[in-house]
Amino acid sequence: MEVPGLFNYWMAVVLMMAGLYAVIARGNLVKKIVGLGVFQISVFVLYITMGKVKGGTAPILGDGITVYSNPLPHVLILTAIVVGVATTALGLALVVRIRESFGTIEEDELQAIEEGEA
Amino acid sequence: MIELLDIAVLSMMVVSAVAVLWLRNLFAVVMLSGAYSLLAATLYVLLDAVDVAFTEAAVGAGIATVLMLGTLTMVPRQEKETRRGSLGGLLVVAATGALLVYGTLDMPEFGDPDAPIHRHVVPRYMQDSPAEVGLPNVVTSVLASYRGYDTLGETTVIFTAAIGVMALLGWGRRRKP
Repeated sequence: MEVPGLFNYWMAVVLMMAGLYAVIARGNLVKKIVGLGVFQISVFVLYITMGKVKGGTAPILGDGITVYSNPLPHVLILTAIVVGVATTALGLALVVRIRESFGTIEEDELQAIEEGEA
Repeated sequence: MIELLDIAVLSMMVVSAVAVLWLRNLFAVVMLSGAYSLLAATLYVLLDAVDVAFTEAAVGAGIATVLMLGTLTMVPRQEKETRRGSLGGLLVVAATGALLVYGTLDMPEFGDPDAPIHRHVVPRYMQDSPAEVGLPNVVTSVLASYRGYDTLGETTVIFTAAIGVMALLGWGRRRKP
């Protein structure tokens, strides 16, 4: 069974759009952060897909192996995963602070409070 | 076989991403995002990225989920019901998705060994890294040696994020609600 040439890219785009929808259209701040995580991982899938070579193996040198997948996207994504978790941690800390100060993490209620103050 | 698993894992990822959008219980949403992350780790193993899979399972599925669960102890667990479906958001997402799919149309096919990405610096890393760095794992060689400054920059980002979190949630200040 063959994967159609661009299938992985299209699935990555679908996942990306699910994440994007959660970020722009959902009012709950925790849901937004989870959506950001979904978006991030979809980008990782895109990169790792590009690094795959048909018939290749993991880029760990060994005797008698000639075809390896591309190690460069792996390195970039290793860095991106850790940076992504740092971003998530900072975002979640902001959510906790917002909840402490305003008593809600729903976007529309926060907006109402802000307009009431102005 | 790998192709079949690839399709199966990607489909499961799509299902969990849609379920994340659908559900209102934030505990379920967080656990699903952990499952989504583990599925991604499985996919990375299938695509030969074993180091990335380790990191994703430990950091993405482990630490990020723990951080989110920790947050849920301090915020309401239920997302507010809103009847307002976001048509504008849906339109923006559909348009962006269509553009991105259009962008993939001239990309190299899955697994194509002649894709431009495989021809530039990577053959040199493959040939010379055993002599220059001396490790069998090329990912480690590139991460720690050839692109060591990237890793230094990554450390800076984590340090900055840690400072930011500590500044926001400093100890001793959060006792009063």
